[in-house]
Amino acid sequence: MTAASSGGATREQGRSEFGVALFLGALGLLVVVSALLLPESRIARGPVGPAAVPVVVGGLLVVTSVFLAIDVWRGGRGEPEGGEDIELTGGSDWRTVAMLAAAFLANALLIEPLGWVFSGAILFWGSAFALGSRHYVRDAVIAVALSIGSFYLFALGLGIVLPPGILRGIL
Amino acid sequence: MDALVELGSGFATALTPTNLAFALLGVLLGTAIGVLPGIGPAMTVALLLPLTRGLDVTTALIMFAGIYYGGMYGGSTTSILLNTPGESASVVTAIEGNKMARGGRAAQALATAAIGSFVAGTIATLLLALVAPTVADLAVQISPADMFAVMLLAFIAVTSVLGSSRVRGLASLGLGLTIGLIGIDATSGQQRLTFGISELAEGIDVVVVAVGLFAVGEALWTAAHLRRRPVEVIPVGNPRMSRSDWRRSWKPWLRGTAIGFPFGAIPAGGAEVPTFLSYVSEKRLSKHPEEFGKGAIEGVAGPEATNNASAAGGLVPLLTLGIPTTATAAVMLAAIESYGIQPGPRLFDTEPALVWGLIASLFIGNAALLLLNLPLAPLWARLLRIPRTYLYAGILFFASLGAYAANANVFDLYMLLVIGALGFMMRRYGLPLLPAIIGVILGPFAEEQLRTALQISNGELSGLVDPVAVVVYGIVALILLFPLVRRVLPKKAHVPVLDEAVHEIEEAHHHHGTTEAISVEARAKRGSDRSEDSDSI
Repeated sequence: MTAASSGGATREQGRSEFGVALFLGALGLLVVVSALLLPESRIARGPVGPAAVPVVVGGLLVVTSVFLAIDVWRGGRGEPEGGEDIELTGGSDWRTVAMLAAAFLANALLIEPLGWVFSGAILFWGSAFALGSRHYVRDAVIAVALSIGSFYLFALGLGIVLPPGILRGIL
Repeated sequence: MDALVELGSGFATALTPTNLAFALLGVLLGTAIGVLPGIGPAMTVALLLPLTRGLDVTTALIMFAGIYYGGMYGGSTTSILLNTPGESASVVTAIEGNKMARGGRAAQALATAAIGSFVAGTIATLLLALVAPTVADLAVQISPADMFAVMLLAFIAVTSVLGSSRVRGLASLGLGLTIGLIGIDATSGQQRLTFGISELAEGIDVVVVAVGLFAVGEALWTAAHLRRRPVEVIPVGNPRMSRSDWRRSWKPWLRGTAIGFPFGAIPAGGAEVPTFLSYVSEKRLSKHPEEFGKGAIEGVAGPEATNNASAAGGLVPLLTLGIPTTATAAVMLAAIESYGIQPGPRLFDTEPALVWGLIASLFIGNAALLLLNLPLAPLWARLLRIPRTYLYAGILFFASLGAYAANANVFDLYMLLVIGALGFMMRRYGLPLLPAIIGVILGPFAEEQLRTALQISNGELSGLVDPVAVVVYGIVALILLFPLVRRVLPKKAHVPVLDEAVHEIEEAHHHHGTTEAISVEARAKRGSDRSEDSDSI
C-alpha cells in the first residue's frame, strides 16, 4: 500500500518493520491458542462459544501480519506520525523516552506508599528534566503546586480521594 | 414537529444554572486543552473524562458536549497559527489557514473558522435533532444480525481511510479487537486472555486504553522526536472580518455544512474525506482560484464548517446506533458507557431527558464557542508558547492522574505505560490509531450482537443474512474490493472531484514532511496501473 521511502535509514527501518509483522503474528497465534485452550464451559449459552470470536480475531492478526510482511518486503514503509512539535529527520531519542518511562514507573511505584503529592511531583519534575528542562527549582515549585492542587481539586471538587500516603492526616 | 417539542424540554434541562455553568466550563476547558500543541480533540476528551466523574449523568454529558466542540475548535486554532495539524480533519485548515496567518490575516482566518464553526454547528445540530429520532425509530426494528453487519461495516470503513495503508489499518483494528477481548466473557463466564491476572478479569478500562493510546503514546512519541528549535507562533489580534471577507465566507460555510453533515452521519464517515471535498469544491467555485495555496479565506471557511458539521453528524450514529465514526466520538461513547448507559436505538425512549439535554447543550456549547473564542483568541495564541518540557510533562502527569482516579488501582498505571508503548509503536510504524480505538470499544458489542443473532437462529449461519444485512455486506465488499474495481474502471468513470480530493490528500501528506505513503487509488489515478506491486489487501 505504501511506496518505497527514500530516507537514508530505509534498510534498518525495513528490518524493524518486519519486527512489527512478527509481533502481530505472534500475538495472533497467542490469541488463537489461548482461545482453543479454553476449558469447556458449563454455563455457556448459545451455539457460539467464547472461543469463536478470539479465533477469528487472532486469525485476522496472523493474516494481516503475513500481508504486512509482504508489503514491507516489497518496499512498503509505515508513515511515522508527524505533529506540531515533531522533527522526523533524526533518529529516535531513546534516552529521553527511557527517562520518561522511569519517571512514569516511579509514580506507579510510589503513589501508594508515599502518596500522590510526592509521586505526582516526582513524575512531573522527572518528565520535565527528561525533556530537557534545567530550571530545577522552578520545575519543583510547579510540580508540587500541580500535585497539591490536583489533590484538593479531586478531593473537594469531585469527591475522589487520591492516596495521601505519608501526609495522611496533614492534607 | 415532535422533535422540536422535545428539543424545547431539552433546553429546559440544559439551561438550569448548574448545567449551563458546566456547559460553559466544558467549552472553556475543551478549547484551552485542545489548543495546546500535540493535543487533538480525542486526547482532550480522554484527558478531561475523569473531571466529570463526580457529576450526575446529565450534567456530565452536557459538559462533554462543550468539551467536544471546544476541543475541535482548539485544534483548528493550533493548525492555523502553527501550521502542523494535530489530527487529520484539520489538515485542510492548515493549508490555507496558515498561509493566511503568515500573510498577516491570522485574525480573519480565526474569525471565519469560529463563525463558520458556529453556523455549521448550529445547522448541523438542528439536523441532528430532526434526523436522529427517525433513525432511532428505524433502528429499533433492526435485528442483531443487521446490527452486527453495520458494526462490521464500521470496522472496515475506518481501516480504509483514504490516503493511508490498508494493511496497517487492519493490523491496528486487530490490535484493538484483541484488547477488547481481554476479560471475562459475559455469556460463558470464561476468562479470556487474562493469563491468571485478576486485575484483567474485568477487562482493561476504556479510559486507560484511550488515555494510553492518545496521551501517553503521543507524549512518548513526541519526546523521542522533540523539535528543539523554538516554535514560531504567529501573533494575533482580535478576530474580525471585513465586508468582503463575509461575502466570500458565507457560501463556503453553508456548502461545508451540506457536505459535512451527511458524511458524518453515515456509520462509515470520518472527517478527512468531507473536509478535502469541501476544499476542492471551494477551489473550483471560487472567484479567486489564484489565491488558493496562498491563503484563500474560502479554503478555511469551507473545511472548518465541514469539520464541525461532520462532528455533529457523527452524533447521529453515535446516539442512535452506538457506533462511533471518529476517535473523538469513540472516546465520547466510552464516556457515556462509563455511566452505565448504552447508546443505541432505545436511548431516545429510555433517557429522553438526557439525550435532549445533550442535544440542547450542543447548541449552547456552539454559541458559547463563538462568544468566548472571538475575544479570547489572543489568549489561546499565547497558550501555544507554553514550554514544551512542561507541556509533555503535564500530559504524562494528567494522564496518570486520570487513569488512577478512574479505579484507584496501581495496576492501571502499569497498563497505561504498556498501552502507551503500544501507541508509540503504532505511531512509529504508521499504524493508524482510529481502527484500534474503535475495535476496543465496538468489538465487545459486535461479538454480543453476533452471538445473540446466532442464538436466535439456533446456530444457523443463515441467521446472519437478512435483506438489510445483505445490503450492508454488499457495501463492505465494495469497500474491500474498491482498489481492484478501480483498476478495471475506465479512466472516464472516475469522479473528477474525488480524484482531485485524493490528489490534495496526497499533497498534504507530502507537505507535512512525512514519508510518501500513497494509496492505491492515488497511484491508479496517475495512470501507473501497471505498477508491479499489486498489494490489494
